Amino acid sequence: MFPILQIGGLAIQVPGLLILLGIWLGLHTAERGAGRHGVPAETLYNLAFNAIIAAVVGARLAYAGLHLDAFIRSPLGLFSLRPELLDPLGGLAAGGLAFYIAVRRRSLDPGRVLDALTPLVAMLLIAIPVAHLAAGTGYGAPTELPWAVDVWGASRHPIQVYEILAATGIFAWFQYGPRIRNQTRISGVGFLNFLVISAAARVFLEAFRGDGLLIGPGFRLAQVAGWAIAAAGLAGLWALGRRAHEAVSE
Amino acid sequence: MPYSPDKPSFFPAAGLTLILCAVWIFLSSGAERAAAGELPPAPQAGFPAPDFTLQTIEGETITLSDLAGRPVLVNLWASWCAPCRAEMPALQRTYERFKDSGFVVLAVNVTAQDSREAVEAFVSTHELTFPILLDPEGVVTSLYENRALPSSYFIRPDGVVSEVVIGGPMAEVLIVTRIETLFTIGAP
Repeated sequence: MFPILQIGGLAIQVPGLLILLGIWLGLHTAERGAGRHGVPAETLYNLAFNAIIAAVVGARLAYAGLHLDAFIRSPLGLFSLRPELLDPLGGLAAGGLAFYIAVRRRSLDPGRVLDALTPLVAMLLIAIPVAHLAAGTGYGAPTELPWAVDVWGASRHPIQVYEILAATGIFAWFQYGPRIRNQTRISGVGFLNFLVISAAARVFLEAFRGDGLLIGPGFRLAQVAGWAIAAAGLAGLWALGRRAHEAVSE
Repeated sequence: MPYSPDKPSFFPAAGLTLILCAVWIFLSSGAERAAAGELPPAPQAGFPAPDFTLQTIEGETITLSDLAGRPVLVNLWASWCAPCRAEMPALQRTYERFKDSGFVVLAVNVTAQDSREAVEAFVSTHELTFPILLDPEGVVTSLYENRALPSSYFIRPDGVVSEVVIGGPMAEVLIVTRIETLFTIGAP
């Protein structure tokens, strides 16, 4: 674990730094491949950058909205640099909305843009477990396996390592797999495939996590959410295929 | 593509994926809940907070586990640490606001890296009224695997760590929202 990088009097939050690095690397990779999807690199950069800014602002405003009394007493808290004062769902909604509006305004094909942005999301899915590893969060379930690591008073699955390996494999497959590189006939298929495979990987790996939220008779929330995302992604793929078939028929 | 919607193999592949995922969710359910009651003390969200006993600068002995039933903020700090100094006024204000509801701040000074004189001068200057604990042997620093100052551990009334905030200064609104959370969950 390496949660803080102390440089003189400056304490840098390593997990946050790793996430930022992941976004930067992902955006850089996405820009380089944007032309393959028919999206200008500059347009892609602007779309992603605006969505990220909107996500951060939205996450802070959503958090403030959920704790209105506290922020009315301390309004300067709105400008705090603490990531703990962000609401992830609010950020996702605001970033998604900003992205949708920008894509519509520029009359872009959302499927092609999402295909082009897949490396950004894929890189982020690598950066998140690396950040967990640095912070000691998102730890694994207890195990007696020979490769277990001692974390928080028990021998545990090195779940962050599993997640990094899985996310890296998915990233490499979608970025460099020869069949993937040539598949651009139906826009959106690449992104939805990535979504389904990443969600299925989450369903599988979540079983080895030790800090997952449970619902109902002991089901892991992340697994149920992963299954729902995979199902939605497959439904989206079916809809894209049907639309393409109808277009060919006409 | 693994799933090509324009090919006949799409539906079998999609169906198989969803069925396998559902079976795996069912097979892997429940185990975590069974293990949850056996968690060892650790300075990590979701674990019982490691217990300790220290003396305040006034000589009073305080044991963390004696505060069961009350939300506690354990703050590790040093008088030479700039962000520690910066967040102390906010800690004092929130303590004043919530102390009558049972909220406790334990400001553990890492005395092994500080001096008692500097601590006393700092407490006097800032008129801090919550307990200032001295840790000359580094017991809490070791128990809480402390790597940076300040570090704050929000502990629920049932003794479980709710959240760990490493580094500072914490915004007052962050402290307030976390304390409000402590009051709403974890009551024994």
